[in-house]
Amino acid sequence: MKLAMTALLLCASSGVALAQDAAVERGKAKFDHTCAPCHGDGPGDDGRAMLPGTDALRIKYQGALPALLEKRTDLNADVIRTFVRRGTWSMPPFRPTELTEREIQDIAAYLRQSSGAAAR
Amino acid sequence: MAILPPGVSAESFASAIREFQDAVGRDWVFTSDDDLYSYRDHFSYIKDQPNELIPSAAVGPDTTEQVQAVVRTANKYKIPLYAISTGKNFAYGGPSPNVRGSVTVDLKRMNRILVCDDKRHFALVEPGVSYIDLYRHIQQNKLNVWVDTPDPGWGSLIGNAMDHGIGYTMGFYRDHFGAHTGMEVVLPNGEVMRTGMGAMPASQSWQEYRHGYGPDPCGLFGQGNFGIVTKMGFRLMPAPEHWRNGLVTVPKREDLIPLIEAVNYLCDLSMCGEPWYGSPLMGLMGNTEFRDAAMSFNESAMDRLAASAKLHSWQVELQFYGSERTTLANWEYAKEIVARKVPGARFTDGESLKTPLTREQIASTTGPYPTNMRRNITQGVPGLGIWYMTGRTENNPNAWNETHIGLFSLIGRSGEAVLKAQKDFADVARKLEMPSLFPNALQTPVNWYQFAFLMGNGFGLGRGDNSPAGKLAATAKLREVLRENAALGYGDYRAPPILQDDVADQYSFNDFVLRRFTEQLKDAIDPNGIISPGRAGIWPAPFRSMRGGMRS
Repeated sequence: MKLAMTALLLCASSGVALAQDAAVERGKAKFDHTCAPCHGDGPGDDGRAMLPGTDALRIKYQGALPALLEKRTDLNADVIRTFVRRGTWSMPPFRPTELTEREIQDIAAYLRQSSGAAAR
Repeated sequence: MAILPPGVSAESFASAIREFQDAVGRDWVFTSDDDLYSYRDHFSYIKDQPNELIPSAAVGPDTTEQVQAVVRTANKYKIPLYAISTGKNFAYGGPSPNVRGSVTVDLKRMNRILVCDDKRHFALVEPGVSYIDLYRHIQQNKLNVWVDTPDPGWGSLIGNAMDHGIGYTMGFYRDHFGAHTGMEVVLPNGEVMRTGMGAMPASQSWQEYRHGYGPDPCGLFGQGNFGIVTKMGFRLMPAPEHWRNGLVTVPKREDLIPLIEAVNYLCDLSMCGEPWYGSPLMGLMGNTEFRDAAMSFNESAMDRLAASAKLHSWQVELQFYGSERTTLANWEYAKEIVARKVPGARFTDGESLKTPLTREQIASTTGPYPTNMRRNITQGVPGLGIWYMTGRTENNPNAWNETHIGLFSLIGRSGEAVLKAQKDFADVARKLEMPSLFPNALQTPVNWYQFAFLMGNGFGLGRGDNSPAGKLAATAKLREVLRENAALGYGDYRAPPILQDDVADQYSFNDFVLRRFTEQLKDAIDPNGIISPGRAGIWPAPFRSMRGGMRS
């Protein structure tokens, strides 16, 4: 019975892990599509070293926080939702058709993973 | 801040919302303040004011049939709709409707790329497909076509074309509405219509012959309010194998006239892509003597100071698409044509690169000469890098460009017209007491459309005063600019809803016969006036008393 319970728990936890992996994968795809064109790595236009969202955060935080969202450890779904739905500065709000609640959760899962990987 | 559509009772609106939910699903009808916040214009000049152009609700259909159902419900309850697609419409009103309380029809979920043919060179897409989406589809499927993208790649191919947007490659493809190949439209009565060969049920050539037979109504849907476009085709440029650029400079102010003649000739023979005009003298604007000459249009002083600084007055950067040999031949021919017309012209070879360019080549700034050309868009690579213009930068670390608004006037495609427009715009700025470094004698046009120039109205609006009163005053100034421009013969091509009546007023030939014609059609096709009333200054009878309402 104890063995059976352990097997059940292992199955359940591997199911959670699989679901989490799927969320990370979906979150990365959505991040790449919707966020990275402004907040990704790489050069910006007109000879600028960074994309506009990344550069704006570099200037704002002056090294106190990473400029790249994928290296931030403080961006949970609530924080992401606030910025996505309300916008900030020249970043406009994004509509629920552009980023659904599930996609916000997925992006939060991806950023947890990417910032953890960056910290290692 | 729940609001109702004009003239609609709370009970009727509640019934309509239930029918919208039945049509598209409860998850895709948005009525809460939180959800509707994202349907407001982020750059609104009238944010939080009683007349802010905000919707009463938003619905997100996923299919043409759902759009039809939404339109039928709107007709039943006489609720104005306002259709948006994808992208942000920065500088032109964002997602805001012309009538406060409209229901926004958000077409983002309709994001299917239905056809992308790299042998016949066209695509058929839904409104929610962005330039970035189509580019990625092309890359993933290794298709041999390019997209012609505007500066921000998040925009919808259909939405951008509907607003007469532009790109940066070869002439034909740069005019995005001009490059369309037919459309599917949900009409105000809820019927679906297809144009061109799409009107023929068994046609195999919808995207190849957009005229079909008889009158082509497509023009009514661009910047119009005669239906909701649910599919649209676009011609795509076949991927060239090689790209080359080169710089031409000419010494004197008046040399701009033959330079533009030469470049027009080359463009209209389809020998070069978008030309990028500029003035090497911009670097002298820090010199008081030169700045005074440029601001007062002292032609001889500008020529003298340019010569003493060993600088030419004008430059144009040309770009060529094709093979290594044909691009070289076209560049050599361009030199010959320009040299024939402008004896003092100089030429600098640019780069000669196999396409597609690498990411490093696109980002490179180490060419043979300083370039103003934004290389990603000349290569059909959509992105969002342009938005450093509105956000936080090293030069602007503590404020954002909250009053970003786009006004571009059509001017003739000649040097004479450019030199006259520079002076006219500067005179308007002086007359209206809007002093700034722009407009001035160095301003150059953009050649987004192959057969026309557009020149930005770069007026100083007293940036920094972002109070409601400051924004109101700035809007009033812009209305005056539009009136002055019209008196001088300069019409604008696009505007945010708060200025659309003012731009429409510029087009007043024969007692506004064009507007009377379109409104007569509008009343016949859309008797309840439910599709985007007021868009582009076209007001249907039930809403006509609202014309000019944003001025008060």
